Amino acid sequence: MNKMETMTGAKALMTAMEKEGVKQVFGLPGGANLPMYDEFARCDIRHILTRHEQSAAHMADGFGRVSRKPGVCFATSGPGATNILTGIATAQADSAPMIAVTGQVPVAMIGKDAFQESDIIGMANPVVKYAFQPRSAGEIPEIVKKGFFIAGSGRPGPVLIDIPKDVQTNEEPMNFPDEFKIQGYHPWADPDIVNVEKAIDMLLHAEKPIILAGGGTIISSAFAELQSVAEILMLPVVTTFKGKGAFPENHPLSLGPIGMHGHAEANKMMSEADCVLAIGTRFSDRSVGTFEAFEKRLKIIHMDVDPAEIGKNQTAQIPVIGDVRVNLRVMVKLLLQRVIKKSEETPWIKHVKETKSYWKENLKLHPGEMGAAKILRKLRELLPKEAVVTTEVGQHQMWASLFYDVIQPGTFFSSTGLGTMGWGFPAAIGAKVARPDVPVVDIAGDGSFAMTENSLATAVLEDIPVIVFVLNNSTLGMVAQWQRTFYDRRMIGVDQKRCPDYVKLAESYGAQGIRAQSMDELDKAIKTAISSDVATVIDIPIDPEEDVLPFVAPGTSLADMILPS
Amino acid sequence: MWAILSILVENKPGILFKVTHLFRSRNFNIDSISVGITENPDYSKMTITTYGDEKQIDQIVKQLDKMIDTVKVEHLDEHKTVFRELCLFKIKLSNANDSMEINKLANAYGGKVHDVKKDSIMVELTATPDQIKVFEELAKPFGILDIVRTGVAALQRSGA
Repeated sequence: MNKMETMTGAKALMTAMEKEGVKQVFGLPGGANLPMYDEFARCDIRHILTRHEQSAAHMADGFGRVSRKPGVCFATSGPGATNILTGIATAQADSAPMIAVTGQVPVAMIGKDAFQESDIIGMANPVVKYAFQPRSAGEIPEIVKKGFFIAGSGRPGPVLIDIPKDVQTNEEPMNFPDEFKIQGYHPWADPDIVNVEKAIDMLLHAEKPIILAGGGTIISSAFAELQSVAEILMLPVVTTFKGKGAFPENHPLSLGPIGMHGHAEANKMMSEADCVLAIGTRFSDRSVGTFEAFEKRLKIIHMDVDPAEIGKNQTAQIPVIGDVRVNLRVMVKLLLQRVIKKSEETPWIKHVKETKSYWKENLKLHPGEMGAAKILRKLRELLPKEAVVTTEVGQHQMWASLFYDVIQPGTFFSSTGLGTMGWGFPAAIGAKVARPDVPVVDIAGDGSFAMTENSLATAVLEDIPVIVFVLNNSTLGMVAQWQRTFYDRRMIGVDQKRCPDYVKLAESYGAQGIRAQSMDELDKAIKTAISSDVATVIDIPIDPEEDVLPFVAPGTSLADMILPS
Repeated sequence: MWAILSILVENKPGILFKVTHLFRSRNFNIDSISVGITENPDYSKMTITTYGDEKQIDQIVKQLDKMIDTVKVEHLDEHKTVFRELCLFKIKLSNANDSMEINKLANAYGGKVHDVKKDSIMVELTATPDQIKVFEELAKPFGILDIVRTGVAALQRSGA
């Protein structure tokens, strides 16, 4: 039993977080969280000041995805809390571990419409993995312990801890428990040997089997296991967009992401396959197109840590519930025991390889010097393979999916579920805090970057030198593409009119701004940015008319791609 | 199909909100809901009846099970379950014989009569939703002034 020490709720919070190994908090102070902020003066946790609470949440999210430990963000009550809501929802949609701590008005004021009061517990409920609101200071140590466990285990997600101001300031004897019980939470299942065995048989009997690796593969770091299964069974590997880079994209069996803007060869092969080993994916509409077409054609083996994903969007013939890494390990072991090694020359594999090389050579790209493919391939060429990349949301994101090959698994992150513009830059800052030893690049568009560009202040003042790589078409490009494609070129509300000037904007924050208008300039800019010890914005003007192709229109199947004409 | 779900939850504030919110946000429907504390004051039990095809019911159960505050979620087989709902009817009395007729009807369905007034009578009925519906049809000609229902409470039979 620990010795009970009397302290305030705020001090207990910080002490409990230190015990969880928290080294930094991203946040913004306000009236209702000042007692917690005051504790930064007396503890070893670093505070990283953001200019908006939403960015604080995205930074914690980026930190969490890269380090696979919950990132922590702080916000005050009322608008501070509602501002982090988008960040929390983003983390939930992408299963990212996060702890969000909000201040709340004192207990006696709750429900009185007090100044800066918001019912953040009620608002956040559908977008958190769990939410706590301690009503006495003594509850805080156990809540923090449980919160970190819930956020980081099983299918990770955001946990909200909303602390009334008087609960922060009240002094109580504190017990910091080593153990706790959460009765209704069972994040892990035992390895499912029976169903893994069945899955192997199904894959061996299939004529055209394929692996679909989702984001869960990355969350559980099942990279080596995935590669072993693919190589032993000679299975081509496609990924979802969230699973991009679960499998090295320069591997001969890699076909890249499927989906609305998937690689042509990936969508083609996914459309022809007869059996899929789906790993850690929820079969989102953006990945598989129409659900019915997908399900009718395919035998599905579905591995997922979340039992509720089995049968939610697709009916699986063989469900394998549990941590995908654990079950893939079982699969590798069973395959090795059975001494299975498939030939490289099955008609299916030959067809896959031919299709892949056909599309590598024949996908029409933008003819100009500064086409998206050329720009992103240049970035790939110059970045070390361990560099971490985040993206914003829009055309640049999908071009990154198409043309930026992830070589080292788990180095590519994006807001894929909620699709939050403005996520990439603050997430890159969080990622850089987790991995200060590697270059971190936010592949951005001008529209998305505008949403959280004030995080430049954080990057500069907190000395977190990330690179913002802006493909600047001065347009809300993806919306513009839909208006060109589906709305008869009626361009409404998309023109950014070259405002602001991102080079000047970067400089005004004390960051480095470089404009790259040719491949030579781009080459130099990237090299300068990588070796720079200050945050750098590379502004790359591109053709506002360039579309992202291939394109699977919403509500259609992957086989019906719109291709460059 | 109509499904009866029995959900054991931790007896903490805000959980009813979370369960009903889950139904709303996942586009499920609540047909009826009843909640009460169990023999152990740390837990409450909810009975929720809902509609959906097999796949939807399966998904509702899984999503409820995933909730951290739910301890046990069961889809009860209605043939192996006792399920009842309490319903109060306020019925109009227009003719001299109405009171007697309604008394007879109530007796036939195991109901009780309360609050007999000059121009209205109240009937308390504990029955299955189907039986309540039949009673309602039979009472309609008299004129139903008001109805209130508790929602279904269900308990699986022993050994079932």
